Amino acid sequence: MYSSIEVEKLSYSYPDGHVALREVSLNISPCEKVALVGPNGAGKSTLILNLNGILRGQGKISVAGLELNEKNLGRVRACVGLVFQSPDDQLFSPTVFEDVAFGPLYQGYPEVEVRQRVKEALAVVGMSDYVGRVSHHLSVGEKKRIAIATVLSMKPELLVLDEPTAGLDPRARRSLINLLRELPITMLISTHDMLMVRELFPRMVIMDEGYIVADGETLELMENEALLSAHGLEKP
Amino acid sequence: MHIHFLDPYQPRLSPVHRLDPRVKFVLAVAFILTTAITPPGAWPVYILLLAIVLAVEILSDLGVGYVLRRSMLAIPFVLAAFPVIFTLEGLTVFSLDIGPWMLTASQPGLERFISIALKSWISVQAAIILAGSTPFPDLLVAMRAVKVPRLLVAIFGLMWRYLFVMVDEAMRLLRARAARSGHADRSDLKPGGKLVWRGRMAGGMAGSLFLRAFERSDRIYMAMAARGYNGEVHSFALPSLSPANWLVLGLSLAVLLILLIISILIFG
Repeated sequence: MYSSIEVEKLSYSYPDGHVALREVSLNISPCEKVALVGPNGAGKSTLILNLNGILRGQGKISVAGLELNEKNLGRVRACVGLVFQSPDDQLFSPTVFEDVAFGPLYQGYPEVEVRQRVKEALAVVGMSDYVGRVSHHLSVGEKKRIAIATVLSMKPELLVLDEPTAGLDPRARRSLINLLRELPITMLISTHDMLMVRELFPRMVIMDEGYIVADGETLELMENEALLSAHGLEKP
Repeated sequence: MHIHFLDPYQPRLSPVHRLDPRVKFVLAVAFILTTAITPPGAWPVYILLLAIVLAVEILSDLGVGYVLRRSMLAIPFVLAAFPVIFTLEGLTVFSLDIGPWMLTASQPGLERFISIALKSWISVQAAIILAGSTPFPDLLVAMRAVKVPRLLVAIFGLMWRYLFVMVDEAMRLLRARAARSGHADRSDLKPGGKLVWRGRMAGGMAGSLFLRAFERSDRIYMAMAARGYNGEVHSFALPSLSPANWLVLGLSLAVLLILLIISILIFG
């Protein structure tokens, strides 16, 4: 069966010996929207960085049927649209256009197609008017949307976001949630925002101390208050 | 992701590590000054100085190999003294024909160059031992104790504190770039982009790093001002030096002074 992403017994230790992932297995089907929750230090960010080979652990990862290895690394990176928590890390170019164009330009697409992709990506996140703006002067909410556009322009197989609603005001959070709901793409989102999880994600994966401790239907897991509190989570 | 490899401090239990930071700082500066003032061509004195620095390396438990590897940092700076070979007058050693120019190496010039190279190499080793055996905050305290201007010490301290933050930030930018450096699923497209474009992107990253450092310095200043900072750095009084530390300081300074006097009397 075709999966957007397939993780099999992935383990990862940091160079200082700290074990961050212990035999993690995860399977996400196309267009499925999955929330990744757990306390700080549970291994969520480490897992995310493994998905496109920024960190390399032991185990098997396949994205859209492509196995992650030296040969496929470039292809896998284009398939996994990874949006970092801080949009300031994500937006490293002077203008919004250059940032959104970075992915396709790196891939080698001709100018006409790059322009078309930038236009589409900005339209999807509702930021078409910002194409010539300087990223530095945008609000956090605007930067978040642009950051999502920078990976959408690569037409990825799945979108991986690290704490997308952290630091947003209620209005920016609401508009981001609406945007995520409407995007017809596979999603894996690491978050502490349990209200958003309940609203948006039918499936929830709980991580703690490097293990996946639960993986199932959100509404069902949310009823299990003993499980939530055992892993530092709260029922919204 | 945090960067620790920049920190030169190597925790050990050696006598050099236990010596008071003020003593170490004064001795390191005195050693470097002595090396600098020693006249060119005083080879036996250089050997003695090198022997001292090697002995301290062994005593400090840092390992001679570690210090020597790091001391290679001095090489590019030594090259600045290279023209001296050809600019001093004296006995001709060899001549080079480079197109219209004729470069003549003189014996005093060569002697001066080798002296400068040796002296910088020995001095750098002393500095490496100091940084390797003393935690940086202690070094700041030592600088304040010997009346290095407080503002300068405060600047060193802040630079040290935020250097790591900056490097972390740069690493995160590079990681974000790597995450989007993908390949298309079309074999006719060559990934990587044009060289000029890559240069532009790297320039943009450097620029945004500068902007952020600038903004951060504003925020830090405001946070300092909010806690009463008025340009004056206050600190506790330091404990007095133990007799043993005074002894080490006095003896070492005496040895350095004697070496200096001998070198000036014989070779000066």
